[in-house]
Amino acid sequence: MANLTINGKSINVEVEDDTPLLWAIRENVGLTGTKYGCGIAQCGACTIHIDGVAMRSCGVTVSEAVGKQITTIEGLAASDGALHKVQQAWIKNDVPQCGYCQTGMIMAVAALLKDKPKPTDKDIDETITNICRCGTFQQVREAIHAAANA
Amino acid sequence: MNKHITPALSRRAFVIGTAAAGAGLAVGLDIPFGGPTVVRAADGSPEVNVWVVIRPDDTVVIRIARSEMGQGTLTGLAQLVAEELECDWSKVTTEYPTPGQSVARKRAWGDFSTGGSRGIRTSQDYVRKGGATARMMLVQAAANEWTVPVSECTAANSTITHTPSGKKTTYGKVVEAAAKLSPPADADVKLKDPKDWKIAGKSVLRLDTADKTTGKMMYGIDVKLPGMLNAALKDCPVFGGKLKSYDEAKVMGMKGVKKVVRVNDSTVAVVADTWWHAKTALDALPIVWDEGENAKVSSESIAKWLTEGLDNSQPAFIGNQNGDAKAAIAGAAKKIEAVYNYPYQNHAAMEPLNATALYTPDKCEVWTGTQNGEAAFAAVMETSGLPADKCEVHKLILGGGFGRRGMTDYVRQAVSIAKQMPGTPIKLLWSREDDMQHGTYHPVTQCKLTGAFDKDNNLTALHVRISGQSILFTVRPAALVNGMDTAAFQGLAPTGDWAIGYSFPNLLVEHSMRNPHVPPGFWRGVNVNQNAIYLECFIDELAHSVGEDPVAFRRKLMGKHPKHLAVLNAVAEKVGWDKPPPKGVYRGICQHMGYGSYVAGAAEISVTDGNKIKVHRIVASTDPGHVVNPAQIERQIAGSFVYGLSALFYGNCTVKDGRIEQSNFDTYNSMRIAEMPKVESVIVPSGGFWGGVGEPTICVAAPAVLNAYFAATGKRIRSVPLKDQDISFA
Repeated sequence: MANLTINGKSINVEVEDDTPLLWAIRENVGLTGTKYGCGIAQCGACTIHIDGVAMRSCGVTVSEAVGKQITTIEGLAASDGALHKVQQAWIKNDVPQCGYCQTGMIMAVAALLKDKPKPTDKDIDETITNICRCGTFQQVREAIHAAANA
Repeated sequence: MNKHITPALSRRAFVIGTAAAGAGLAVGLDIPFGGPTVVRAADGSPEVNVWVVIRPDDTVVIRIARSEMGQGTLTGLAQLVAEELECDWSKVTTEYPTPGQSVARKRAWGDFSTGGSRGIRTSQDYVRKGGATARMMLVQAAANEWTVPVSECTAANSTITHTPSGKKTTYGKVVEAAAKLSPPADADVKLKDPKDWKIAGKSVLRLDTADKTTGKMMYGIDVKLPGMLNAALKDCPVFGGKLKSYDEAKVMGMKGVKKVVRVNDSTVAVVADTWWHAKTALDALPIVWDEGENAKVSSESIAKWLTEGLDNSQPAFIGNQNGDAKAAIAGAAKKIEAVYNYPYQNHAAMEPLNATALYTPDKCEVWTGTQNGEAAFAAVMETSGLPADKCEVHKLILGGGFGRRGMTDYVRQAVSIAKQMPGTPIKLLWSREDDMQHGTYHPVTQCKLTGAFDKDNNLTALHVRISGQSILFTVRPAALVNGMDTAAFQGLAPTGDWAIGYSFPNLLVEHSMRNPHVPPGFWRGVNVNQNAIYLECFIDELAHSVGEDPVAFRRKLMGKHPKHLAVLNAVAEKVGWDKPPPKGVYRGICQHMGYGSYVAGAAEISVTDGNKIKVHRIVASTDPGHVVNPAQIERQIAGSFVYGLSALFYGNCTVKDGRIEQSNFDTYNSMRIAEMPKVESVIVPSGGFWGGVGEPTICVAAPAVLNAYFAATGKRIRSVPLKDQDISFA
């Protein structure tokens, strides 16, 4: 068993210590906004924040996450329900196509904007490495700049 | 009062009314004699017809039979219905009817299949009529209530107005009465001229975005049912191989494991409390395969077999011909010849394949993302052995499809497992590795092209000889025409949705069919992807061989193909073909046709060290006839270049020992944002026809870049992907 802090709540999960955090979040905690895409930290669909840093949760074990602040897409909005500016920009710019990779993309972008409130295209290119097979990149870039300027 | 809409007072009147509305709209309910019957949605709100439900609070629920997988069809179809319905767009929501409901109502919603860029173009007519019919019934209900002639009433924005008196009511207030009316005769349903559209044709925002930004959107992989268990599976790594044996005793004691089941002849699954436990146990399960003869096959052996098919002595199907190309080539003053090839590629949708099944002897239900609800339904019937009225498929939004989710293998597997555990819902999820190595791959082909010139450098003949795999041979053998796969000639056909855009004095296009054991499938764009490379790069070669400008050379051959020419011209103009590109930047251009749409593309690239390509700018044009949502078309075009350029730079599934070597995104890469060029769309709808949008522009991505690469380096690349030519993104 491990005690995790997810979206500000303390949660006990009955899993082996080496369980990937992704699967504990999805199957044991029941938060399914964090997506499985590859399992080898390539695609970024499972991106969450651990102590404010964007991490691919398939590559982090439960034991490594104990004692840390975990934020999933479900915890990105403010406590009053107001959407994060990245989520708002995503809606306004009509970014998602199938949408499956987008929660991970949004988490990666939210972390980028925390580090670099006004990212350049180069910053975006270097930081946002998530795979999107629908090919939303053009709208992703526009929405990142829109969120930065919101 | 409109004579065509009368209250349905008898079964006879009802049946006549619905029959007249056309097969696509026939409700065909078994209603009691003597009284009006209202069909109600799950929340009790009345159906005006199968496409439109209106709630008392004026919310409009539009039914969408086609699947949404990112391409925007859900929003586009809703726009078309709403346009004719004259409803308040801000009150529109959507829902999927189930295939089981459709079958029970004599296929009330028509075709569910969502492939071939058909989502809108092959249902636009009957869904628009559905919206128009519902509007006429709502207006009639208001006229009846006011006892005024319907001709004095108008509808706009979900409000009905009696013009002479100024009386107003809303759809939600009259829907109960409207639902009791018979629909008008089909002949009385007049559709709007697209030039009068107010909702359709506009870049309204998608209806399905908000939940995709918060994690609330439910995909198949997110389904949760009470008591549900999870399954992970292994299929024989060699296609066509068999499952010989497995030692379940070795894993039954592992944490969470409930059962190990034989899924089919080649597949075993572990069922556990969580998928992670199932997967962990599966990886520890000793399995013995009978790999069979196919284990000897490799990419090299396949390539050798295909190369033999390029020889004219081998039999081939003829897909297009005029004149005598072989004779013209034999007597040519100058002959140009080149051989191209295209590899196997995986769809790699972001959501790995999955399906959740619940089987009892009385009912089998499946929850899944599918591009073809009815095919999935048939798969459930077949695998469960239960009749149609005891089967159901609940469709979810797809985490990508690209053709792969038109197949039903994963649905059958889920039902097979569930059938061995009656009463327990089973969620089957493939790993990414399963997805990469058990795909239905973009087929492998080679192509030899020969062009002939006379002594004055006039092109006299073109011979296109394709050798390789047929998709239909495996996937839809009944669609072969005397053995020929007509789809192999997509973009090279004489006429129709796949017409070649040039006229040649002598032309021969043929296909030597060779079907390796690797299963092929429809892969976004399908056969136009390689056919456009073959034709459009070779046309570029021919132009350069006689020192002509590639656009001018094409124009000479396109006099009888004005729509093809129009998109080529649109791209040439937008990219500035008549002016030189910036220093160090080189251009390539191409055009093609697919799915009833005319498309063209141009790329501006620079090349460093001879092998590092930076794609600066893409200009792409399409004429899909009609445009339902320009912003969504722009997104499909930009996205199609990500799919098409990922395929060009990275896409290769190689075969070794009968199996696919690549297993995940580390060995089968996909483009990232840093590699994304600026894509400029030029949408030039000419009206009068309905072409597809989701697929056609993919095929101009690769030839545009390859032709630009030649302009930059003088080197012609005839083999995909570029990574295997030691060429990468800069």
